[in-house]
Amino acid sequence: MNVHSIAAIYQFEMFRMWRTKLQSILTPVISTSLYFVVFGSAIGSRMEDVGGVSYGAFIVPGLIMLTLLTQSISNASFGIYFPKFSGTIYEVLSAPISYVEIVIGYVGAAATKSIILGLIILATSTLFVDFQIQHPFWMLGFLVLTAVTFSFLGFVIGIWADGFEKLQIVPLMVVTPLVFLGGTFYSISMLPSFWQGVTLANPVVYLVSGFRWSFYGSSDVNIWISLGMTLGFLALFIGMTAWIFKTGYKLKP
Amino acid sequence: MTDIISVQGLEKTYENGFSALKNIDLTIKQGEIFALLGPNGAGKTTLISTICGLVNPTKGTVKAGDFDIISQYKAARGLIGLVPQELTTDAFETVWATVSFSRGLFGKKPNKALIEQILKDLSLWDKRNNQLRQLSGGMKRRVMIAKALSHEPQILFLDEPTAGVDVELRRDMWALVRKLRDNGVTIILTTHYIEEAEEMADRIGVINGGEIILVDDKDALMKRLGRKTLTISLYKAIEDLPISLADYPLQLSDDGLTVSYEFDAQQEHNGISHIIANLQAEGIEFTDIQTQESSLEDIFVNLVHQKDDAA
Repeated sequence: MNVHSIAAIYQFEMFRMWRTKLQSILTPVISTSLYFVVFGSAIGSRMEDVGGVSYGAFIVPGLIMLTLLTQSISNASFGIYFPKFSGTIYEVLSAPISYVEIVIGYVGAAATKSIILGLIILATSTLFVDFQIQHPFWMLGFLVLTAVTFSFLGFVIGIWADGFEKLQIVPLMVVTPLVFLGGTFYSISMLPSFWQGVTLANPVVYLVSGFRWSFYGSSDVNIWISLGMTLGFLALFIGMTAWIFKTGYKLKP
Repeated sequence: MTDIISVQGLEKTYENGFSALKNIDLTIKQGEIFALLGPNGAGKTTLISTICGLVNPTKGTVKAGDFDIISQYKAARGLIGLVPQELTTDAFETVWATVSFSRGLFGKKPNKALIEQILKDLSLWDKRNNQLRQLSGGMKRRVMIAKALSHEPQILFLDEPTAGVDVELRRDMWALVRKLRDNGVTIILTTHYIEEAEEMADRIGVINGGEIILVDDKDALMKRLGRKTLTISLYKAIEDLPISLADYPLQLSDDGLTVSYEFDAQQEHNGISHIIANLQAEGIEFTDIQTQESSLEDIFVNLVHQKDDAA
C-alpha cells in the first residue's frame, strides 16, 4: 500500500475543506440548526411525541443523516470532479498509485469531512433538544458506514459528471427528495399503508431508520435489514467505482 | 547507452475509430535529450500520454526502465515525470503546497530540502507562499516543471515546455534541461519550435499521422538530409545564365543580380569551383559569395510534406 500517495490525496482534500471552512463546515451547521429551530423548537413543541420520543429529539437522527448524505456526496463528487475540470487529474492518473489507493484518498477524505460535520451537528443539536443515545457504538457505526457509502456514490457522480449542472442534479433532485421522503421528519408508520409500501422502496428509509434505532432503540425497519441495506448500497457503489477504474470510464480514453 | 524507454508495436485507436498511433516502434536512450517533432495532431501528445499512463493503449507494449507500463505500472511510473502541455494548476494552492503534494503523490517521503532546492533552481523560491493564480504564465510553467521534478524522476517528459513563454525564460529552460541531462535525467520533449530541438536535442524523432517517420541523431540527420545553398551576388545584372552552366540547376533572380545553387551538403564533387570558374571565364564579375546550410526546420517541413504527398 502506497501510504505516502494516499496521505497526499487525503491531506490535500482535508486542507481544501479547512481552506473553505465557511462553506464546508459553517454553512451546513447553520442550515441544520435552522431546521432544529423551526421543526424542533417552534413546530415541534406543538407536535405529539413519536414512539415515546419528543418530536424535536425524533428528527435529530434524520437531520444528521440528511447532512451526512448530502455532504458525503457533495464532498466526494467535487473532490474528484474539480481535478477533472481543471485538468490536474493528469497527475493522479500518471502517478504510481493504484485505483484502490486513489479511492481511499478521495473517498476517505470526503467521508472524514462528513463524519466531522455529522458529529458537529450532533453536538449542536444538544443546544436545542434533549435526547440520549441508547446505542452509541451502533450510532458511530452507522455514521461511518453511511458517510463512506455515500462518499463512494459521490465519487461515482464526480466521475460521471461532465459539467457543474450534472454535479448538482443527483444531490439536489434525487438525494434531497429521497431524504425528505425517507422518514427524516416523520415515522413511516404515520403514513397510509399504501404509501408505507411505496416508501419502503426509498433506500434512505433504511439508513434513517437504522440510525434512529441507535438513538432511541425503536425504528420503522428492523435494524438488521437497515444494516444489510446499507452494506448493500456500499457494495453497489464500490462495484460501480471498480467498473469505472477497470474501464477507464470518463477518466482514460 | 542503454534503452530507458522501449515502445513496440504501439497502437491507439479511439472509440470513434480515429487511429492516433499506428504501430509505433521507438527506443529512448538513457541520458539523452530526445526531441519529438510533428505537426499539430500528429500524435505527439497521445504517444506521451500513453507512455505516462493517461491513455490506454489499444495494442503494443511500452517499457520504462525494465518495467511494463501496464503490468508493472507502479515501478514504471515512478521513473517518469510529466510536464503536460496545458497549464493545469490548482489555482488556490501555494507553490510550496502543490510541489510537495506531487512528491507525496508519487509515493516519496517529504523532503523539504529537495523541494527548496528545486524551487530555487527554477527561481520560484520567492514565490513559494504565493497561490498559483497569482503567478504569470511563465511562472506557472516553472511550477509544472517543479512538480514533475519533485519525485526525482529518471525520465522527464516535457510536452511543449516553452509554448507561450518569452525568449529569456525559454533560454533559462534550455539551460535547466541541459542541467537535468547532466544530472542523468533522460529528457523527451515535444516542441513546435524547431530551433529548440536544433539547439538541445541529441536525437530527433519525427511523427506524422500517428506514424514515426524518422528517428536519427540530430547531427547525422542534419548531415544526411541537410542541403546547402550557394548564393552569388553579381556586379552587373545579366539576362541569362551562360550556356556553359546549363548542366547545373542554377536559379537567376528576377533582377538578374543573384545566382543561387542548391546542392547536397554531403556531395564530394558539388560543382562550386566549376561554376565560379565558368562565371569568371564568361567575364561575369561578382561582389559576394555565400553558402547557407538548411535548418532542421527545412528538413522537418520537407519530411512532413513528403509524407503528406505520399499519402
